[in-house]
Parts: sequence; C-alpha cells; structure tokens
Amino acid sequence: MKKYFVLAALIACAAEAQNRSGLEFASEEIRRLQASDAENPGMLWVDQGAKLFAQHCASCHASMKGVATRYPAVEKGKIVTLETKIREKMPALAYESDELLALTSYIAHESRGMPLKVNPPPDKLEAGKKAYYQRRGQMNLACAHCHEQNWGKRLGAETLSQGQPNGYPTYRLEWQKMGSLERRIRACMFGLHAALPPYGSEAMLELELFLAWRANGLPIETPAVRR
Amino acid sequence: MALARIDLPREARRGELVEVRIVIQHPMETGFRREPQGERIQRNAIHSLVCRYNGAEVFRATLSTGIAANPFLRFFLRAARSGDLDFWWLDDDDVQGAAKAHLVVSA
Repeated sequence: MKKYFVLAALIACAAEAQNRSGLEFASEEIRRLQASDAENPGMLWVDQGAKLFAQHCASCHASMKGVATRYPAVEKGKIVTLETKIREKMPALAYESDELLALTSYIAHESRGMPLKVNPPPDKLEAGKKAYYQRRGQMNLACAHCHEQNWGKRLGAETLSQGQPNGYPTYRLEWQKMGSLERRIRACMFGLHAALPPYGSEAMLELELFLAWRANGLPIETPAVRR
Repeated sequence: MALARIDLPREARRGELVEVRIVIQHPMETGFRREPQGERIQRNAIHSLVCRYNGAEVFRATLSTGIAANPFLRFFLRAARSGDLDFWWLDDDDVQGAAKAHLVVSA
C-alpha cells in the first residue's frame, strides 16, 4: 500500500514538473512585454479594477492576496469562478465587459507569482476531465490532442502550448484587449468548428475547473500577454 | 473612460536624459473592421497627442490607424527642473484624454 502511495506521489510530482506556462511558448518580444509593468497593456485593466474594487468592494474585502489561487472553487455544490463570484454581487456586469475583466484582472493580479492550488471534489473534476478528453466539432479533436499530446510542436505559425490557464484574464494581441479564459476556450472551440459553450454555462465551468486543477503549482501571471 | 499609465524614473538629476513611457487605453478602430452583421465599425483612432513639460511642448505625435489598440509611446527628454508632464490627446470622436505625472529633478 505504502509503495503505491510513494509511486502515486512520484507520478504526481513528475506531472506537475511537466506543467509549463504559456509564457514559455511565447516569443521573446511578448515575454518582454509581459514582464514590464510600464509596457504591459493589461496593467490598464488592473488599474481600472483597483479603482472599481476601492469603490464597490473594499468596504467588506480587505486584501485579495492569494484569493485567485483557490479559484475556480466548488461552493455549495456549485462551481464558482472569479467571474461568477463577482457577478453574484454585481449581476449588471456583462461577461467580457471592461468592468468585469478589470475586476477579475485586479483580483488575479493580487496573487501574481503565487502558485495555483485548487482542490475540487472528485465528481466535479471528473466532469471537466471528461470534457477535456471528449472529441468535438467538425475537426473531431479533443483538448488533449493538441495541449497534452502535441504541445511544443508547430500548428502553422504557432507553437502549441499546454493550454494552461494561469495567465487569465490575458491580454491577447489578437483581441487587442483583455479577455477571459472563457473567451479563450470559445476561441479554441471555434477553431474546432464545435458548438461554443455559453459564458458561465455548466459545461464551461467544469472545463475551467479541470484546467485550473491541471495547472496546480503554476504561478499566476495575470495580466499575461499572449498572441 | 480615458485611462493611461505613465512611467517615469522616480527622480532625475538636472541635465539627465529621462525615459518617458505611456500606455493609453484606446481601441484605435481602423474603420476597416465589420461587425458580425456586416455593419462597418466606424474609424476611431487617437490622431494627435501632445506632451508638455512645465507648460512647454516637448513631444508631439500624429497617430493613425496603423497603430495597435492601447498605443504605447516612449521618448526621452532632458530633465530641467521639477514639474508636471501633461499629456493630452484627441481621437476621431473628438473625445479628449489627459494624464499627468510629476517629475522630481535634483540639482
């Protein structure tokens, strides 16, 4: 029994050591852009979020340091992301609005450099895992085909990353603005010619939860910059 | 909401060259993109930007649609005396933006 525990721990270590942030697959210019707070355009949203937080949230919440490392979490049997948690209190904020992105970015930024450590119950995790390995769309591919089996290889001009969520919300040059992990997942689904899971839907939340669990140990990079 | 981030050295000596960096939140719409329904999105880009240092113009830029969203500008100026750097810009919708930073110059 003990032997198996040691083995399982070793496998877990090896799996974790293999986790690579999308930053490692980015070009030198993009890495430089992300590293400099004076040049990283994502910092504009962090600034805006700090203002909104001071106006609407600071009377109850003191420090948000470390909070983002625990999300998505499962609360009362429901998966909760930073976005859904904020929208519980501020339902007027639409998905992908600058205000919601700003608040999410600010809160995630407060945990920058801290490793992700989500610890969801197995049943919720299992659903996300199933979705991750599920083939979908006209391309008939699962997430795992690119981001697990073929990361590091080229897809056209891109290097396939592991699809880690530790930099979200992220400033994508393609979007010319900040965007959430959900938007990024929808972009992947679009590429597969698959049905796009709606923002905040159960299918989306399950996938996000699994992605965060899979990324456990990677430091939060918000606001990351990606192509 | 016009948001900008200005980056300056905390302090400079008189006569020293100072690096000034600014990022401005702006969509810089080219006028060539279309909405999903096919409607053309109207051009809206910052076209002029001016920086004044102690009231005197030290930097001026003419931008156009070739510049990416959230433009980043960087220039150098010679530190003379402590004072404000006043940025001002104008876009195609005639919306003005402004941002200010203080430069401390020691003798």
